[in-house]
Amino acid sequence: MKTVKLGMIFFLVSEAMFFLMLIIAYVALHHASSGSAQAERTLDPAKTAVFTALLLASSFTIWLSERGNAAGKHFLARGWLAMTLLLGGIFLFGQGREYAHMLSSHVTISSSLFATTFFTLTGFHGLHVFVGLLAMSVVLGLHFSPAFTGLRGSALPAVALYWHFVDAVWIAVFSVVYLRVL
Amino acid sequence: MNGTAEIAAPVPAVEKESAHEGLLAWVSTVDHKRIGILYLLAAAFFFALGGGEAMLMRLQLSWPNLHVLAPDTYNQLFTMHGTTMIFLVAMPVIFGFANYLVPLMIGARDVAFPRLNAMSFWLLLFGGLLLYFSFAAGGAPDAGWFSYAPLSEQPYSSSNGTDYYVLGLLVTGIGSVAGSINLLVTILKFRAPGLTMRRVPLFVWMVFNTAVLVILAIPVLNAAIVMLLIDRKFSSGFFQPGQGGSPLIWQHFFWTFGHPEVYILALPAFGMISEVIPVFSRKPIFGYEFVAASTVAITVLSFGVWAHHMFAVGLGVLANSFFAGTSLLIAVPTGVKIWNWIATMWQGHLKLTTAMLFAMAFLVEFTIGGLSGVTFAAVPMDWQLTDTYYLVAHLHYVLFGGTIFGIFAALYYWFPKMSGRMLDEHLGRLHFWLTVVGFNLTFLFHHALGIMGMPRRVYTYPDLPGWGILNLVSTIGASIMGVSVLVLARNLLHSLRHGKIAGDNPWEAWTLEWATTSPPPAHNFNKVPPVNGRRPLWDLHHPGRTDEELQKQEGGARDP
Repeated sequence: MKTVKLGMIFFLVSEAMFFLMLIIAYVALHHASSGSAQAERTLDPAKTAVFTALLLASSFTIWLSERGNAAGKHFLARGWLAMTLLLGGIFLFGQGREYAHMLSSHVTISSSLFATTFFTLTGFHGLHVFVGLLAMSVVLGLHFSPAFTGLRGSALPAVALYWHFVDAVWIAVFSVVYLRVL
Repeated sequence: MNGTAEIAAPVPAVEKESAHEGLLAWVSTVDHKRIGILYLLAAAFFFALGGGEAMLMRLQLSWPNLHVLAPDTYNQLFTMHGTTMIFLVAMPVIFGFANYLVPLMIGARDVAFPRLNAMSFWLLLFGGLLLYFSFAAGGAPDAGWFSYAPLSEQPYSSSNGTDYYVLGLLVTGIGSVAGSINLLVTILKFRAPGLTMRRVPLFVWMVFNTAVLVILAIPVLNAAIVMLLIDRKFSSGFFQPGQGGSPLIWQHFFWTFGHPEVYILALPAFGMISEVIPVFSRKPIFGYEFVAASTVAITVLSFGVWAHHMFAVGLGVLANSFFAGTSLLIAVPTGVKIWNWIATMWQGHLKLTTAMLFAMAFLVEFTIGGLSGVTFAAVPMDWQLTDTYYLVAHLHYVLFGGTIFGIFAALYYWFPKMSGRMLDEHLGRLHFWLTVVGFNLTFLFHHALGIMGMPRRVYTYPDLPGWGILNLVSTIGASIMGVSVLVLARNLLHSLRHGKIAGDNPWEAWTLEWATTSPPPAHNFNKVPPVNGRRPLWDLHHPGRTDEELQKQEGGARDP
């Protein structure tokens, strides 16, 4: 395995532990408090499911970009990477709308344990999505630089690995937070 | 040297012959050896601070009913002492030695990601400075190194100290994770040809396991302290019972990190001992596989024992029994190693250098700490002794008698490689005896004080029978340790300029770091000797008598 990819895997193992603890805190404190009722009032699983589908689709598009890059088809690689950026951006937009809606109905990080754990967990996930967008923008920027002759290194595969991880964490978060409401 | 091997360059290939000179060369360095030394220097700096805090505490405790320090100040001092020694001394020393030695031991040019390596160090340094900045920003953290909630929450700990605790540990913690990723990838990808995982020096094995523990355990701490910060800054209630939160979750999270952390501090010292003892016994390590495999067992088990820090909470008989069982179990792989080291010395040609003396003292002191640890696995004992000076004795026998003694052994052993000069053996022996006497005077009687019921973390105590004199002895012991550190400093500074020239391999050791010059060139090796066994340099000087052949002939390889 490539050195950079291996380093990324160890990093993601460490990130997985971090999210595991946030999820445990959400679940443990959910049981301890009257979180379920409030979650039902506040969350809209159907709308979030749509944004979830878009985020999962972005895992597919970055895989296509990686494949294009490996085959030397730079146009394809750029296009699919830009598509991934767009999908990730839409997901963040969806999260922002959800947050705005909650804040306007006075559900804030300190209003209840449900809100505290919810904002902490989804907030850290959103931060990771944002960092992923930054990393992809850097790779895309490299693609457009005049000196670009093709990405032979491991930058794109490493970023793709990170992106798949962010998506996988969201599947866990969506299951634990939103699907429980149904 | 026929059959020498080319070695892989790290990625990205970084220009290591720096264009800068002097201080700028050190600040801008990405060379693993220089970064390793920077780690050690930073650790020495924080060791002086943490040691000074300990001396102040011992001064306050030297006699009953003293009021040298205010209670608040005392709280800050014991919190900062623990936090400093664990996060800013022990871990940086370990990362320093690992950084310096692992690439040399595996015959590599550098670590896998040299720039990331530099970032790890600077995160550590500035995280530590951030923690200490709290003194200037309204008061240091004062809720103990494990910051139990709700004491660490805003209503009960209203200075900014705990916020700096969180920020400082986050910053150093990210550095530790990055450093560990680097070490893991380096060990897996950059070993010289022939150097399989069954042949790498045991120090490398220990560092590998430590790095695994770091990437798994530190994020657990990060998650917990982030929640604490959110509680403090946004008045939320993760750990606030008044808002439905659970202080118990803090304890579970903290110790899920905290117990593996103990092994993060101990395993590298095991590795150092495993290099020093064979060389000065003139025998290969006894039971290499057992040392390595028992370490893996420790790594796995260390995530299943955390609640033995919480017996006093009242988790119920079932949970208590389970964690008592796992805690007794984890003593086994540690005990296995003690026998490995003793068996290595058995019938060896012992050379009692200062490094070896510290290694042998490690066996004694660490075993005492290990045994008192086993007594804590028994739940009723724990109920009686938890949060007394018995615990203080236990943890110092493990972390000082273990980790620090191992680090001193390593310092005397590898200083010649790092500096090109030998440390003075006379001063070394003086340092050794002052340390052993001072350390045991300080902490041995803490066992008795704890059994007599003296609670820790209380700034003063009544004049009960025996308490005054035992505490005075402890303070005298601490002063002797203080002197011992001055002797060490004198030795280091003097030997750096005037020490005997070391040469490539002053101890006639066997591992690859001794195959290059002392100190090594920026690129480490011109050529790496061929590796056909665990002792490549021994094989090189005894052609036809490699370990494997000797084992076949006489059932064990020994130096003539």
